[in-house]
Amino acid sequence: MADASQSLTFLVLFLPFLAAAVAPFLTRLFQHNAAWLLALVPAFIFVHFCGYLPAVADGAAVQGGYSWIPAFDANFSWYLDGLSLTFALLISGIGTLIVLYSGGYLKDHPHQGRFFSFILMFMGAMQGLVVSDSFLMLFVFWELTSITSFLLIGFDHAREASRRAALQALVVTGGGGLALLAGLVLIWHVTGATELSQLLASQDVLRASPFYLGALLLVLGGAFTKSAQFPFHFWLPNAMEAPTPVSAYLHSATMVKAGVYLVMRLNPVMGGTTAWETILPVFGGTTLIVGTLLAVRKTDLKQMLAYTTVASLGLLVMLTGFGSDKAVEAAVLYLVAHSMFKGALFMVAGLIDHESGSRDITELGGLRRAMPITFVAALLSAASMGGITPFFGFLAKEEIYAALGFAGTWNSIFTIVAIVGNGLMFAIGFAVALIPFIGEKVETPKHAHEGPVLLWLGPAVLSLTALVAALASSLSHHYVSSPMASAVAGSEVHVHIGVVPHLGLPFTLSLVTIAVGVGAYLFLARGRAAMARFLEAIGWGPDRGFDQAMRSLVRVSGGVTRVVQCGRMEVYMTVTFIALAAAIFAPMAIYGEWPSRPTFPVLPFYEWAVFAIAVIGLGAVVYAQDRLTAIVSLGIQGFAVALLFMLLGAPDLSFTQFMVETLSVVILALAMTRLRLTPSDHRPTGEMLLDASVAGACGLGLTLLLLRVIQVPFDSTLSDFFDEYAYVIAHGRNIVNVIIVDFRGLDTLGEIAVVMVAGLAILALIRIKAPKQAVAKTKKAEMHAETVEG
Amino acid sequence: MRTVIFRTAAPYLASLMVLFSIFVLLRGHNEPGGGFIGGLIAASAIAIYGIACGVASVRRALYFHPMAISGFGLLLAALSGVLSVFFGVPFLTGLWATPHLFGVELDLSTVMFFDIGVYFVVVGAITSIGLALEERERG
Amino acid sequence: MESALSVLVGLFFAVSIYMMLSKHTIRIVLGVTIFGNAVNLTIFTAGRVLREVPPIIPEDVVTPQTLVANPLPQALILTAIVISFSFFCFLLVLAYRAYQELGTDDTDEMRVAEPKGEGLPPLGY
Repeated sequence: MADASQSLTFLVLFLPFLAAAVAPFLTRLFQHNAAWLLALVPAFIFVHFCGYLPAVADGAAVQGGYSWIPAFDANFSWYLDGLSLTFALLISGIGTLIVLYSGGYLKDHPHQGRFFSFILMFMGAMQGLVVSDSFLMLFVFWELTSITSFLLIGFDHAREASRRAALQALVVTGGGGLALLAGLVLIWHVTGATELSQLLASQDVLRASPFYLGALLLVLGGAFTKSAQFPFHFWLPNAMEAPTPVSAYLHSATMVKAGVYLVMRLNPVMGGTTAWETILPVFGGTTLIVGTLLAVRKTDLKQMLAYTTVASLGLLVMLTGFGSDKAVEAAVLYLVAHSMFKGALFMVAGLIDHESGSRDITELGGLRRAMPITFVAALLSAASMGGITPFFGFLAKEEIYAALGFAGTWNSIFTIVAIVGNGLMFAIGFAVALIPFIGEKVETPKHAHEGPVLLWLGPAVLSLTALVAALASSLSHHYVSSPMASAVAGSEVHVHIGVVPHLGLPFTLSLVTIAVGVGAYLFLARGRAAMARFLEAIGWGPDRGFDQAMRSLVRVSGGVTRVVQCGRMEVYMTVTFIALAAAIFAPMAIYGEWPSRPTFPVLPFYEWAVFAIAVIGLGAVVYAQDRLTAIVSLGIQGFAVALLFMLLGAPDLSFTQFMVETLSVVILALAMTRLRLTPSDHRPTGEMLLDASVAGACGLGLTLLLLRVIQVPFDSTLSDFFDEYAYVIAHGRNIVNVIIVDFRGLDTLGEIAVVMVAGLAILALIRIKAPKQAVAKTKKAEMHAETVEG
Repeated sequence: MRTVIFRTAAPYLASLMVLFSIFVLLRGHNEPGGGFIGGLIAASAIAIYGIACGVASVRRALYFHPMAISGFGLLLAALSGVLSVFFGVPFLTGLWATPHLFGVELDLSTVMFFDIGVYFVVVGAITSIGLALEERERG
Repeated sequence: MESALSVLVGLFFAVSIYMMLSKHTIRIVLGVTIFGNAVNLTIFTAGRVLREVPPIIPEDVVTPQTLVANPLPQALILTAIVISFSFFCFLLVLAYRAYQELGTDDTDEMRVAEPKGEGLPPLGY
């Protein structure tokens, strides 16, 4: 049974990728109705994970996996406790609705199949990320979500804004991923754990380590960029360039929560320290305030929601940073609530856009009759967002205020931050859910009416779930909230909060929040104008900073390229040969491997004569002033080499060299009649000296190297083998030829292939007639003129 | 270059050289020689013929395009290696047969065909280069 | 013998590298050809040399009876000669065609791929 469940989980992890592969074909077959079929995949995954709920609710953690590279302790393993299971359920559950919604939203889009493919791939990556036990898998899936998010944001790649947003998201989240990798390596170094489950069992090891702060900062670098914390928040609103299903799924419900997931996951082993309890609340709180204030400025429905998402992520980080049981409970409840209401609101925004042709809040109004289901879903979700009973958001908000209270200055500050943030979010939520629907009917680009079932199903289900989950709070707490909170807190925690308000401090604060929210809603337009003026006064923001950073990156790399790749062949060659000389001399100098001084060789006079011929040939090549001398002197040194081979017991080589030299001369003569050889090399003295010393150094180095080589004893094993077996097993008496055609036949096959390819390439070079460029033409004309004058 | 004597002698010289190249090729297994050298000799022969009588007559005499000859050589070499598949030995293992024809013992082997393949590749490729350059010259 | 060859090899390398550092393509091609010879001689020398005893097994014996020249470097060099020859032909034709198309044999003036004063890559997205 355990085995079957294990392989089923394994299958479930890969199912989205398989579905992504077939999605384009299915879409070609069934058009947008393929959504119904494809939605079965996340639905199946959802059901599969639901099967683990009872076990996890009892406090167990489901582990499984396969050994991958045992030598490195790298496994393909997963770990399902309350935290990862809740995330997995959110991903697959909302994923089901999103796939259906995409079917309606991108109906008749030419690349709908591709879109399904991307979104299913993302689903697989995100699911892998939250259930991974091994660090390695966690990191791979983490970066995979960044990449799929890049593809989805840039889905509409014909628009520059999309491309920029996609690149920006990739740079920011991918860069954060690298920090995360460094952090994970550091954690591995400190604790020796390669798996989260081992890490969670390691207790205080990490906190006590001197590397703790470094690891914390690196991991937070990954988490803060992914979860769009200030000052890395700017990529998230830009990511709204993506089609709305993507915004609803990746950029509110799931992917951006990966950073929060990581922080929550590490809370038991990294939390509770001063650094943790300072950094997280400060950054989270700042993000909350900045996000809500910027949301006020926007009139685009999606932009408003995006900034409140930034704010909500800040709230989650802030609560996790507090680390008390109550705060953790609040974070858990808010996370679940947010996924539901924000996903629904995004889908509503997309629906309005899809049906009316506009999503600017100032151009919309009076849609309630045209789109009643959407209106209800929007209202329910906004109520949950605003924290009104009996919705799930209410539970979250009560718990937040219960956790913060007014205990001490530190808590009081963040209580005020939370009230302001929540109040503004309340206002934005209702602005999105009310303004387009109430009031006078405004003319919109399209004639608005209720969307098809594929479109309104998602928001309707999500908003109703938020209601049902809150009403049946004891059940949802037992199966979801309590196990998840226990996993985050690292000890058993029970969530009790219910929908019936109790008089007390939290309820009072809730009422204050609602009052702030209503006030903000009424003064929204004025606030927007004030924010616009304020932002204009600042002028600069991280978004523009990103552009500046990218531009200076291009400038710097352009400058470096211009230095390194100056376009002058001589420089490249000189550098290469200086490196060669260094590579020869350095090891000899460092290890003292200089050759000993050889005795003066005693040679017969004819061998000296051949040497002399070679030297004369070489000298003549250098000093050749016309092409005839060059050809002849090149031939002389070649024939001298052939003679050497002849004298030294290599008749085969000698013949070959003779033939090659003959043919070289013929071919050189053929080619050179057309090529004008500049009379002299004409190098300036300085350049000549440099070239000569580089060449001399290389020559000297190679001589010394070769002298050293021949002074070590010769290992003749291979040669003896060939001598011994050339006739016995290969039936040949010419050992050289036997080696070429038999012992090393494969080499020769490759070599003759090279010869043939060279022949083909030359033929092609001669035959192609390159389009004459104007520059070349004028140059040629000039040269002709010069020759005529000369 | 194109003197009457040279033009008259070139065809005979070239054909003698080609014959010699074949001799060098076939004796290569036991004496100095082999496909590479033979191929180069034959290529020089063709070059001489070309210089004397022009590219067109060389092309006529060769009948096949030189690159086709080269390709045939590569194919032959590869096939002689593939033959070992049927005998369950690794690619390019030498296989030998010694049939008796008219009372003479003949050593036939895949290795020989491999060497002949090398010969054709070298002849074809180098001839093609030379002819292409020479044609360009005239044109 | 080997030490004398080593010095000769050094000279071959020095000349070929000096030629390759030239600006003129045709001299670079000549340098490459000499470089090929230099490398062949290096391999040959490193395999030790014996005079006048080719690695051929005499009739009626199955292994060489006397010490013969090392066959392995010879086999390596034999193919290398042919390959460096085809490479030489290719370079020569390349230089010749470049001269035809660009009207120059000076590498400094061949700037089709890396034009002088090239601007920055596009700064947009």
